[in-house]
Amino acid sequence: MQDVVIKTDKLTKRFGDFVATNAITFGVYKGEIFGFLGANGAGKTTAMRMLCGLSKPSSGDATIAGFNVYRETEEIKKNIGYMSQKFSLYEDLTVLENIRFFGGIYGLTDQQIKTKSEELIERLGLESEAKKLVGSLPLGWKQKLSFSVAVLHEPRIVFLDEPTGGVDPVTRRQFWDLIYAAAERGVTVFVTTHYMDEAEYCNRISIMVDGKIEALDSPTQLKRNFNASSMDEVFYQLARGAKRGD
Amino acid sequence: MRTVRFLLQKEFRQIFRNRAILAMICVMPVVQLAVLPWAADYEVKNVNLAVADHDHSTFSQQLVNSITASGYFRLTGYNGSYQEAMHLVESDQADLILEIPAGFERNLVRENQQKLFVAVNAINGTKANLGGAYLAEIIKNYNQRIRTELISEAGEPIHVIEITSSNWFNPLMNYKVYMVPGILAILITMIGGFLSALNIVKEKEVGTIEQINVTPIRKHHFILGKLIPFWVLGNVVFTLGLIVSWVIYGIIPAGNLAVLYAFISVYLVSVLGFGLLVSTFCDTQQQAMFIMFFFMMLFVLLGGLFTSIDSMPEWAKTVTRFNPVRYLIEVMRMVILKGSGMKNILYHLGIVTLFAIGLNSLAVLNYKKTS
Repeated sequence: MQDVVIKTDKLTKRFGDFVATNAITFGVYKGEIFGFLGANGAGKTTAMRMLCGLSKPSSGDATIAGFNVYRETEEIKKNIGYMSQKFSLYEDLTVLENIRFFGGIYGLTDQQIKTKSEELIERLGLESEAKKLVGSLPLGWKQKLSFSVAVLHEPRIVFLDEPTGGVDPVTRRQFWDLIYAAAERGVTVFVTTHYMDEAEYCNRISIMVDGKIEALDSPTQLKRNFNASSMDEVFYQLARGAKRGD
Repeated sequence: MRTVRFLLQKEFRQIFRNRAILAMICVMPVVQLAVLPWAADYEVKNVNLAVADHDHSTFSQQLVNSITASGYFRLTGYNGSYQEAMHLVESDQADLILEIPAGFERNLVRENQQKLFVAVNAINGTKANLGGAYLAEIIKNYNQRIRTELISEAGEPIHVIEITSSNWFNPLMNYKVYMVPGILAILITMIGGFLSALNIVKEKEVGTIEQINVTPIRKHHFILGKLIPFWVLGNVVFTLGLIVSWVIYGIIPAGNLAVLYAFISVYLVSVLGFGLLVSTFCDTQQQAMFIMFFFMMLFVLLGGLFTSIDSMPEWAKTVTRFNPVRYLIEVMRMVILKGSGMKNILYHLGIVTLFAIGLNSLAVLNYKKTS
């Protein structure tokens, strides 16, 4: 049996009467690329924020990298990387300064920061942009940089919230190359997306509808179960019944 | 502490790249200190006076002359009737009416007494009040002169008690000397408070705070990383302010500069803590701006800059005890004008230290990485 790095048990988040995430129970294995799918408003981001220790669950339980989601949020934070839906590096700092800053607060040594920065810049081909303000970069590059900063401190799990939203297909492909490279290094990738072709890249996917997980399996198995030729069809079949919209 | 170093590096880089903030930090102290003390002057001048003279005598002429010669009044009407003078008040051309009754001179000489009537347009309270008081003073002096003349003609000795006073620490009663330290106090409060309040909220608006909250950063490190840069800026603004008040007004602190800086250092921590506390409650810069504005108005008006705290009602005095600005204004005036030493400001320093500890602890407590 593989190591389970994310484990949730009836994890729930309520905002007043509204149940954003309704008793979700699942496990994610070490080194896996786990796709977290669902229509807009299905509760994906809320679930992810709970797993990252940004939001306190209303009920249920979860352990991330072995740490409890209620009591050990700061321990969790040492072991994860997070890339939010909204670009959140400092636009008024340069590429290098951003890397240095986040490396620094994750406790990397000056030497580590230096080597990591060089590696990262080279891998992304950002040599001529390294000293430019991040705000001046095109969106695709920002996203790739953002991902690289999220895995800079070699976390055990990285959470990506719609990382490729608004990005062109070529850049998306490159982005997924980065994800694969990280997974090969043993990083568990937890990713939400709206692109069904991206869903196919995942080892396993879950599909959320109205706060609940309605399906969870490998893309091949899901297509077989739903008697569908593509992930698109699987998604339509499930999401059609959704009550919530944008 | 390594974390704080990285935070400081980032914060200073961002500040130095923000031209608008840098410009404000340099321009604000210079402009405010160059302009405000001239405008925020308590002395009432140019009070418009309408005289309704029913007597038209030598004495009434003399009286009006001595009033206009004082320099505080401008004669905007010299009328024969009260109604005409009242017209001037109604059309905003006069603030005061002095009515000199018929038979003024005759009664003064024969019966040794006479009544004058002064009507005050109290819409502009300060002007009316002080104008009325000045006028009463001038009439009193005039009265004394007349009596002296009349009585000495009669050959009797007179006994007059005269009060003379001297103004300590500000011998010429120069309002600028009094206002400048106060304005400087408001200035560093505003800059410190607003900069710190808006800073964290900006990170919330842009979304970068999420990226911070998902790191294992310690809360007090984060707050320290925000506090120190603005503390340094506050000291820069203060120094700039001292230089400006020396260059323009020739004000050199009578007391020890070290005492002044010691107090400012603690005071800045308290005011920045307040700004940070506000920012932990707000989600947008607009909210933070409004809340800070609300408090700044209270702080300024209840700080003793424009009005004396001693003459406030008891409840208002109690409120001012919770106003850090009040202590700074007092200390600024004590040290700059009076030359007070550390011993004299220990009480103020103690209170401001409590503010600093309390406000910053609350800010750290209320800053939540997990919501």
